[in-house]
Amino acid sequence: MNDVSMHSGFPWLTAVVFLPLVGALLLFFVKETAVRWVALGLTLAELALSLPLWIFFDPSTPRMQFAEQVAWITAPSINYSVGIDGISLPLILMTTFLMPLCVLVSWTAIQTRIKTFMAALLLMETAMIGVFVALDFVLFYVFWEAMLIPMYLLIGVWGGANRVYAAIKFFLYTLTGSVLLLVAILVLFFHGGQTFDILLLSGVEYPSALQSWIFLAFFAAFAVKVPMFPFHTWLPDAHVEAPTAGSVILASVLLKMGTYGFLRFTLPMLPDATDTFTPSMIGLSLIAVLYGAYMALAQTDLKKLIAYSSVSHMGFVTLGIFALNAQGIEGALMQMLNHGITTGALFLCVGILYERTHSRLIADNAGLTGPMPRYAAFLVIFSLSSLGLPGTNSFVGEFLVLAGTFMWSKPAAAVAALGIILAAAYLLWMVQRVAFGAPVAKTAPKLIDLNLREWATLTPLAVLVFWIGLFPNPVLTPMHASVNHLVEHLDQRHTAVARRGTLGTDGRWLTITADGEQPPASAKSHLPPSTIGQTP
Amino acid sequence: MTLPLTDLLAIFPELIIAATACLVLALDPITPAPRKGWLAWFSLGALAACFGITSLQMGVRTMAFSDLVIIDPYASFWKLLLYTVSGLTILLSMAYLKEERIHLTEYYGFLLLALSGMMVMVSAADLLTIYLGTELMSLSLYVLAGFKRADGRSLEASAKYFVLGAFSSGILLYGISLLFGVAGSTRLSAIASAVSARGLDDPALLLAMILLVVGFGFKIAVVPFHMWTPDVYEGAPTSVTAFMAVAAKAASFGAFLRVFLEGLGGLKANWHVLFLALCIATLALGNLVAIVQTNIKRMLAYSSIAHAGYALIGVVVAGQVTADSAVRSLGLSSVMLYLAIYALMTLGAFTVVALLRKGGLEGEAIEDFAGLAKRQPIAAFLMLVFMVSLAGIPPTAGFIGKFYLFMAAVKADLAWLAVLALLFAAVSAYYYLRVVMVMYMRDPQPSTGLAPHLVASPVLTVVLACALAGVLVLGLYPDPLVSLATQAVLALK
Repeated sequence: MNDVSMHSGFPWLTAVVFLPLVGALLLFFVKETAVRWVALGLTLAELALSLPLWIFFDPSTPRMQFAEQVAWITAPSINYSVGIDGISLPLILMTTFLMPLCVLVSWTAIQTRIKTFMAALLLMETAMIGVFVALDFVLFYVFWEAMLIPMYLLIGVWGGANRVYAAIKFFLYTLTGSVLLLVAILVLFFHGGQTFDILLLSGVEYPSALQSWIFLAFFAAFAVKVPMFPFHTWLPDAHVEAPTAGSVILASVLLKMGTYGFLRFTLPMLPDATDTFTPSMIGLSLIAVLYGAYMALAQTDLKKLIAYSSVSHMGFVTLGIFALNAQGIEGALMQMLNHGITTGALFLCVGILYERTHSRLIADNAGLTGPMPRYAAFLVIFSLSSLGLPGTNSFVGEFLVLAGTFMWSKPAAAVAALGIILAAAYLLWMVQRVAFGAPVAKTAPKLIDLNLREWATLTPLAVLVFWIGLFPNPVLTPMHASVNHLVEHLDQRHTAVARRGTLGTDGRWLTITADGEQPPASAKSHLPPSTIGQTP
Repeated sequence: MTLPLTDLLAIFPELIIAATACLVLALDPITPAPRKGWLAWFSLGALAACFGITSLQMGVRTMAFSDLVIIDPYASFWKLLLYTVSGLTILLSMAYLKEERIHLTEYYGFLLLALSGMMVMVSAADLLTIYLGTELMSLSLYVLAGFKRADGRSLEASAKYFVLGAFSSGILLYGISLLFGVAGSTRLSAIASAVSARGLDDPALLLAMILLVVGFGFKIAVVPFHMWTPDVYEGAPTSVTAFMAVAAKAASFGAFLRVFLEGLGGLKANWHVLFLALCIATLALGNLVAIVQTNIKRMLAYSSIAHAGYALIGVVVAGQVTADSAVRSLGLSSVMLYLAIYALMTLGAFTVVALLRKGGLEGEAIEDFAGLAKRQPIAAFLMLVFMVSLAGIPPTAGFIGKFYLFMAAVKADLAWLAVLALLFAAVSAYYYLRVVMVMYMRDPQPSTGLAPHLVASPVLTVVLACALAGVLVLGLYPDPLVSLATQAVLALK
């Protein structure tokens, strides 16, 4: 993974990372009444600025693109080093895409200290994109931790009744996970040739015992963020108490940090430990899939229901990652995007409803099809997307994840498929009650259908749901090279060759979704058949 | 005996500070009341002059007064830090004393006397010189702690500080006399050779070492020698508390590192274990007890205890028997870096505390910060930055300080200690963020009816701007300070 294509000319990534930060500072010189418009303009400008990354991205190579490197700290050598590949590009675009929607949904919902609120949103955007582009471990850590404070404020200042508790719980959980990450980074520095360069560190072979320790430290940081069972307990609190924009950012982007961490660091740097821990990781993922879904069934609060569905969906993502084959990983990456779009959209829906009825309880918000037909249509679309209906985005991702898991272990895939059935149960039941139930007298007069702003918030997401569901290639294509490279990298380390070696024969299914493209190179065994199954 | 001019030139900054202190004390009675503020500015001028001289001395290494005093980059580093901190404290005091209606200009004289004591401590190459400096510092601080004469707590602080301080000085002196008995001299170099001749198991040496650990332990407030800290920090005038928490700690660390590395370096194998135990105890107690504090000065007192624990990690690293010179120098430079950063952020936090008024009195309860973000967003934001930095979260300087300390620990194969310390850092985030929570997420209690507000004053703006700039700039660009600390450490033998 040592290839970096340095980028000369306009520093696109730096511009994308720091535009929101500059914008946040700018906000303090803006009149209170204009803050919303300026924030919307800034996030839209940011979205426009990030589009060239996609347009000029070369999908044929796993190399880091748009890379920039400037020396930052001399002793020890720490660089401001950024770059993107097919794994980080979609996540960056998803982030820049969602942020204008977050501003829109907060338009009237946030009334107090609007300046600070928008500044916190913009600071979050800088930190989140920074995490996805950082190629230096310390830089990564700085962005990773810098997210905590604005998110803490977003939950704690503008959140619901129990916001203070939720905010500190979120903060302490994630911080405790991250401090172990810091020690792991330092240990890698001394064992990996005194460098913090993520790509160089990925090329070093670490002793097995060390890998296991580092794996556990990484796991602490990433599993809390994902969140994987049993580290998920902060999530329902934080989601429920956060303001809508905060819930969207949490669900859509912050949770992806953990799985991104697994893909970017754990798999490439610790292949031996990954193999050792894979069964436990798959086990935890399966528990999350089922437990999240089961808990979602029992919820009476809409936000809590979606929060637990997140636990279940993120279980699919980690399942795909630790299937350790191209299908699983690509599906996981797809699912990360889909979850961002769909769950983000569902939280937006709840937020819109809450603004009207001031209740998030399913019982209080029944019978919406009558007074709010357009709203109900969106709710149904996003719920169907969330349960993975064919033709919507989540189907593509879940299918790939299940295919990948199937190759790893058939029973595991069967258990995971149960999660999809449960998802259908809790989501359809929710839709039945909210959309088609009997209206409640208390809230009925407040139910007014979507206005233009809310319409503009939800439509882009609905378009994405169907676009990715029907034509996933524009999203999948940039991923191929990087995902294949990652799987090859795992293969080269001669670990668990047997399992991945068998993929060649039935790897052709990918051509169905990938529009005639060849199955990924890694799906075929690179090794002569005689070596399959032997440990080197 | 004549004093050679070169010797006097070597301690020129100390002379300036001591002379200014005497001048301030002498001029105080004859200065008309409205012009007393000039004496503070005069003191600041002296500090600026010393800062210039010491900056020029930065590359110099020389001994003076037949090896009683040493001027080397190590001493200069601490002195530069002490000037900065003292300068900011004087600025802070100008506004604070006015609010508290303390119109006693001797205050600045004692502050400068304490500073000259601290300068002697970090520049000493002889245990008695160190003792001299320690006493000069401590006696001045006893007086300063009791400066709010009408306030019982201030007097209690002064008395308590005096009794325990005198006790610890006695222990220190006892250790010094034992060492003199063994080595026949109080020079650090002579002690070092006596240690290497006598070996690790000499009982007199061991006893002396333990006594020195106790003596210095009191000065830098590590557990279990910390008991005086919360009471004294709470009772003393807040500007003095800031000065004690920052300058006195820095100077004591400066002297203590030199004594243990240059003088007792041969006993590493013994003191390394002791400091490891003290470090863990300090981290645990400081951080855990800080959680339950409701008074912000007490909370910051326990936090300063905890920070001494973090700094000790670097000492433990430097004291590892297996450590080569690279590890040792990383450990020591990270201690120095940490204390410099700690000084800035703690001073910033105390400045906000000192200037938070509530109905004419100091707002000392953490609850008094309630709703500050609504009425004074800038003040609340500053406090947020200092709290985040104290918790060690990037992109603030507090993170850089911890980063280098933990890097040193991992390099010395003490990754477990780094993990432990970082877990305590996560604990500390809880009590630092509680201040943020109260400021941003609570409304002021309606029952009191007195809304707290921050005193506005140009000098304060300067102090806060310096602290904020330090915390943010060092968080993003620590290179200059890191290289200064690295260069300073090379001077230690």
